[in-house]
Amino acid sequence: MNLFRFFSRAQSAPAARERLQVLLAHERAATGDSDLVNKLRDEILKAISKHMQVDDEKVSIKMERGAQVSTLAVDIEIPFDAGKKAA
Amino acid sequence: MGKVIVVTSGKGGVGKTTSSAALGAALAQNGEKVVVVDFDVGLRNLDLVMGAERRVVYDLVNVIQGEAKLTQALIRDKRVETLYLLPASQTRDKDNLTPEGVEQVIAALKNAFDWVICDSPAGIERGATLAMRHADVAIVVTNPEVSSVRDSDRIIGLLDSKTLKAENGERIEKHLLLTRYDAARAERGDMLKVDDVLEILSIPLLGIIPESMDVLRASNVGAPVTLADGRSAPALAYFEATRRLKGESLPVTIPGDKRSFLGKIFGRKAA
Repeated sequence: MNLFRFFSRAQSAPAARERLQVLLAHERAATGDSDLVNKLRDEILKAISKHMQVDDEKVSIKMERGAQVSTLAVDIEIPFDAGKKAA
Repeated sequence: MGKVIVVTSGKGGVGKTTSSAALGAALAQNGEKVVVVDFDVGLRNLDLVMGAERRVVYDLVNVIQGEAKLTQALIRDKRVETLYLLPASQTRDKDNLTPEGVEQVIAALKNAFDWVICDSPAGIERGATLAMRHADVAIVVTNPEVSSVRDSDRIIGLLDSKTLKAENGERIEKHLLLTRYDAARAERGDMLKVDDVLEILSIPLLGIIPESMDVLRASNVGAPVTLADGRSAPALAYFEATRRLKGESLPVTIPGDKRSFLGKIFGRKAA
């Protein structure tokens, strides 16, 4: 009976791990670096504007926090004549 | 100039005091001059764990309030002559810890010792933030258990924002000390594994202290575990942790690992 229970019982550590990852992803987002996206946006824009002129409105930055990885997507519309203006 | 270390965790009962005493003693046993400072005003216990509870005359609050000199409050260990304790007050309120007072005491200790180990109280209130304030290095003590890991994550956030180093735009060095690890339960899948905790908290590993009777036995007799039984598994793990703290790159043996089996064959005691 005991032996049967020993083998049939599901492991609990994977559940702990998963619950923590999801919880902490949210808690980290809530405290502190909520401002990170804005900072990254400004710095990325600054770096790009050294080389070409871009319209602030034509830039979209998205951040997504997942359990495993977070992604930062930067979408910039580069006008046809951007290079010329910067030069 | 000594190094200031804070031993912190957020959650209570995970082993901050045990680890402060053991790491402090282990460093001192290797000839370093060490002072362990109890920041848990109102609930001091470091004196008891180190076996100096009957020798406390003055404490940290007395020094901060100017009622005693630092040298009068320091208690020298009877077993290791380079190990000192600065006890917390048992009767005073924690509001007696002032930022300026703590700063002066830490500055004086840094001048006189190689290592200043600050044993933080649980929680994220005044005592805990003052204990971490002047740290060069933080040791985050964590049990492989959900509430402890969550609280450690919160403490890591505070270390990165509320310490002097963080405010000056520097990085505070952080290390994970995983305590009460039970290899058999982790192997069975009923305890978070070392890699799980490391992946979640993503700070470097200082050591893994196995769950052991030796820890309780040591505190029963009032000796840091490295002094009570230097050959016990937790003591060996603390000795290794101090070597890493001093900058040695020493691979961490994960209890229950295949390597520790080889270690057994070659006569080493598995940590």
